[in-house]
Amino acid sequence: MNNLDKTGEGGVVITKLDDLLNWARLTSLFPMGFGLACCAIEMMGAYASGYDLDRFGVIPRASPRQSDVMIVAGTVTFKMADRVRRLYEQMPEPRYVISMGSCSNCGGPYWEHGYHVVKGVDRIIPVDVYVPGCPPRPEALIGGFLQLQEIIRKESIRAPRAVQQIMAKRMAAAEAANQESA
Amino acid sequence: MTFAELQQFILNTFGAEVILEAKPDGLQPYLLVQPERLSDICLELHDNPQTYFDFLSCLTGIDNGPDAGTMEVVYTLYSIPYDDHLTLKVQVPRNNTPEQAMPQVPTVSHIWRSADWHEREVFDMYGIYFKDHPDMRRILCAADWEGHPLRKDYVHQDYYHGIKVPFDQHNELNGFKGEPQLIIKRENEQFPDMREKPE
Repeated sequence: MNNLDKTGEGGVVITKLDDLLNWARLTSLFPMGFGLACCAIEMMGAYASGYDLDRFGVIPRASPRQSDVMIVAGTVTFKMADRVRRLYEQMPEPRYVISMGSCSNCGGPYWEHGYHVVKGVDRIIPVDVYVPGCPPRPEALIGGFLQLQEIIRKESIRAPRAVQQIMAKRMAAAEAANQESA
Repeated sequence: MTFAELQQFILNTFGAEVILEAKPDGLQPYLLVQPERLSDICLELHDNPQTYFDFLSCLTGIDNGPDAGTMEVVYTLYSIPYDDHLTLKVQVPRNNTPEQAMPQVPTVSHIWRSADWHEREVFDMYGIYFKDHPDMRRILCAADWEGHPLRKDYVHQDYYHGIKVPFDQHNELNGFKGEPQLIIKRENEQFPDMREKPE
């Protein structure tokens, strides 16, 4: 009997639920479609046919409600900081942040005299992957996505990150309250 | 018209007292005029068929610093039909402390519409108030920003909406502590990116 005959019988795949969920998440990372400065041009280059982020399942979405990952591509000014934070808060869990380029990593060329630039987007929202460069090449952004996939691959539903973060925050608050009363 | 002819034209129309200083040599000759008469002079230069300065190329603010105690606004005018250039300046006293009243200059936004946003930018960056401007708000900085950033004695605020403004060894003390351990698969040292430990 030819093995290639499609009989419809015996098609069983056994896997761990963790692996299935992680596989589904890391192969369909939908970023939010927004850019702040020149890094966004490189980001668009990475989306376009030359580098084609579609082949990693990375498809920009028009709404934070439908997005899994936020690429902070460009200079975050203080005027924009409130908006970036609000957009992040509108994204559903699990959510990830890629900080793209020197400006959003640490303030970049504005680190000392840029009165208007937030010195690193990690002052507003938690960042998972930092992509260095000014601006980073599309290859570097793709590298950032591959690193993010490695992070997601090691997650477990028994230790969901969002819950852990909330618990850690509560523990820290309780500890601070304890120390104050003591 | 040459610069001297333009100077004479303004003298004849408004009197000798409006021109405080004239600098005919240099790369950009200019006339320093009385701030109170500025919008009258500009309107005449714009409307008169002999001059017809129909284009405001640029509007610039200058802070001469707390020691000099003055601020300037520079108007670079251009007449498209006559191909004439003219630079006007006004000088106003600077408020060295925020309690003092803001320096005031009359608006020219009713003469050249391009002055509207230029004056808002000068207001935002230098804190020069343009009298009778239709919409004197900040244009670049956030509405609740403190201070005017291009002033010589500007000191930025420590926090804006709870976000720390200065850099202050932020990465070493608060934020980036290296890649997550599950990527690099080894214990994080304190400064894993091999930078020198800060003092």
